[in-house]
Amino acid sequence: MTPPSAGVGTPDVHPTPTTSRQSGPPLLEVRDLVKHFPIRRGILGRTVGHVRAVDGVSFQLWPGETLGLVGESGCGKSTTGRMVLRLLEPSAGSVHFDGADVLALSGARLRAMRRHAQIIFQDPFSSLNPRMTIGAAIREGLTIHRIAAGEAADRRVRELLSEVGLRPQFADRYPHEFSGGQRQRVGIARALSVSPRLIVCDEPVSALDVSVQAQVVNLLQDLQRDRGLAYLFIAHDLSVVEHIADRVAVMYLGHIVELASATDIYREPLMPYTQALLSAVPVPDPTVRSTRVVLSGDVPSPANPPSGCVFHPRCQHPRKDEACTKLVPPLEEKSAGHWAACIKQPPTTVHWEVQKAAGGTRQPERYLPDL
Amino acid sequence: MTPPPKGADAPGAEAPLLSVTDLRTYFHTNNGVARAVDGVSFTVAQGETVGLVGESGCGKSVTALSLMRLIQSPGRIEPGSSVRFEGTELLTLSEADMRRVRGNRMAMVFQEPMSALNPVFTVGDQIAEVARIHSRASRRDAWRQAVAMLELTGMPAPEQRAHEYPHQLSGGMRQRVLIAMALMMNPALIVADEPTTALDVTIQAQILELLADLQRRTGTSILMITHDLGVIAETARRVIVMYAGEVVEQSAVGPLFATPHHPYTEGLLAAMPRMGRRRDRLRVIPGTVPPPTDWPTGCRFRARCQYSWDRCANEHPPLYDLGDGRRSRCHLAVEPGRRAHPHEPLAAQAVPAR
Ligand SMILES: Nc1ncnc2c1ncn2[C@@H]1O[C@H](COP(=O)(O)OP(=O)(O)OP(=O)(O)O)[C@@H](O)[C@H]1O
Ligand SMILES: Nc1ncnc2c1ncn2[C@@H]1O[C@H](COP(=O)(O)OP(=O)(O)OP(=O)(O)O)[C@@H](O)[C@H]1O
Ligand SMILES: [Mg+2]
Ligand SMILES: [Mg+2]
Repeated sequence: MTPPSAGVGTPDVHPTPTTSRQSGPPLLEVRDLVKHFPIRRGILGRTVGHVRAVDGVSFQLWPGETLGLVGESGCGKSTTGRMVLRLLEPSAGSVHFDGADVLALSGARLRAMRRHAQIIFQDPFSSLNPRMTIGAAIREGLTIHRIAAGEAADRRVRELLSEVGLRPQFADRYPHEFSGGQRQRVGIARALSVSPRLIVCDEPVSALDVSVQAQVVNLLQDLQRDRGLAYLFIAHDLSVVEHIADRVAVMYLGHIVELASATDIYREPLMPYTQALLSAVPVPDPTVRSTRVVLSGDVPSPANPPSGCVFHPRCQHPRKDEACTKLVPPLEEKSAGHWAACIKQPPTTVHWEVQKAAGGTRQPERYLPDL
Repeated sequence: MTPPPKGADAPGAEAPLLSVTDLRTYFHTNNGVARAVDGVSFTVAQGETVGLVGESGCGKSVTALSLMRLIQSPGRIEPGSSVRFEGTELLTLSEADMRRVRGNRMAMVFQEPMSALNPVFTVGDQIAEVARIHSRASRRDAWRQAVAMLELTGMPAPEQRAHEYPHQLSGGMRQRVLIAMALMMNPALIVADEPTTALDVTIQAQILELLADLQRRTGTSILMITHDLGVIAETARRVIVMYAGEVVEQSAVGPLFATPHHPYTEGLLAAMPRMGRRRDRLRVIPGTVPPPTDWPTGCRFRARCQYSWDRCANEHPPLYDLGDGRRSRCHLAVEPGRRAHPHEPLAAQAVPAR
């Protein structure tokens, strides 16, 4: 039997995490999204198991909002981003964009949706066609979606290039003539070209030095202010996420384990994984030796996730006990708008009686290490 | 000729492991000559970690590829450049000897993992291949070593992952495959081009610890190219800052962060978002870097510099030697009254380096 995912798998019991600040309908609504990749072995390609890359993820995103998505490498962030745009078919779950059921769209309506929801890819090298000039790559979207043609399209391409800090005369050069960071900016220009309403940004600035990064982050924020763009912002750089995100979702092994406003999550991380993550951020000051919560224990495999709380083998919460290995912690609202999946951080809907029945020996108690 | 064993004709303990002198790597394109790396000199001592930072497109990766002699046409390492490694001039080695250096003594972790991995082989095979070439291990042993190395890099379920193809792995997992391949050969120098940017900070910490540990055990040197100034602060002893194909500042890590001596470095540090200090807008360095086909005369940073004056337009600044291992390519660095960075007055009496 497979345990239900961390609370997000049962929407009728646990509501989709949301925040009271938002009004109106969300632009994007993701519910119980699941992606299992088959593991194949041998010449016959027999399926010997499944990688549970995304295992029941739910969130909402409003126009003009930025949701940061952070977490361990391989925890399913890119997979989630790709499913949102249906570049990858989910195994289960639903995605609604502007009220429309994305998974039911096809033909012209799917194309229209793709215009309004763009992606900036993590690895610019593999997302650009080596035989196409970067000008042509940026122009492609303008033509496909009949936004501009001829001289007007050329002008728009030049504008976009300078918006991302590249020289307009670079338009007729090929991807291999650029540095990693320059290629990344071509990807950004391409996403912006069709004036989308949502951009899934998969590590959009990690290839950039901090001054170009600041330029791009400011540009993204300006566009958001002027056009009400929404971003799903996937990144490993937690200081950039703190700067740009309104809310932050932390993923671990295919699950969202914490979701709160950026302010709350950085000031008061409740899920022990989030605590470890924040404490591992290197401090840009050579005179400071950082105090790290060092994660011990093996990195678990999404093909064979631990029982109970998926983080329990590496958890440093002093109240961790037998119950954590048995009970799947629901993603629950610990305080207004602050959702976390940990039965040892009070308050919890998993009552002490239930924990005891599952072998629990230590009552929940608030734990917040010095970061 | 085979490269001599480690440090064979090094004239004493002082000789650096790597010494790059006046490296010029130009791309002869239809749009003109792109002077991507334009007279770069630096050294890396044995067991040392040197950080290399700078504006995107300033020539860091091209520098790294030049050390490995992996520059492809229309790129060319220009005559007069020198890369001495373990006492041998690499730029005149035969291709066969150079291949031996690359396979044994100097390893590179590439910036874009997909560009360095072969899509039709499993990652385990690709790592094992390194072990087989390097230590002549049997097929079976090589595979075992590959899996063990993957495990050291924090790869979950390494045995299973080794059977997978690059496209089946996440971005950070691919990067760890490259790191495993580099570590596999136990090299004297690791050139790591953005080795941890695709990794979350906990895995990053683990990889940095792994590198530090390797360094302690085997005295490996590391040239660490990264945009993450936090990683630089934690790992590097010295830092080289590049701008527009040149080294513009060089310093021990502490003083560089405390008192940058070049306006570009100053701008870089100011642009950095810092955790716990959220602000409305990030500071930027206004303007963009000029194209490498048309470096301006005078100082190449001039058009974006808040301190520039007439001398900057007319005279290309040399890399001034400021003493204590500090160098800066800014005329103001030797004008104590008009120092570029707003921090402290300059202590040493400086003279131009060349
Ligand atoms: N095409 C695929 N076939 C099989 N497994 C896959 C495929 N794509 C992704 N996976 C697996 O799904 C899991 C999640 O991958 P994903 O790329 O979403 O991670 P991520 O959170 O974006 O990581 P990173 O931060 O390293 O980019 C990983 O275990 C990965 O190996
Ligand atoms: N094959 C090529 N043809 C023409 N120009 C090239 C070629 N390869 C690189 N360049 C140019 O050389 C310059 C230096 O590139 P390099 O990749 O070294 O930058 P970088 O400092 O590593 O930047 P990043 O931080 O973005 O990775 C860039 O301006 C780039 O456009
Ligand atoms: Mg990813
Ligand atoms: Mg580079």
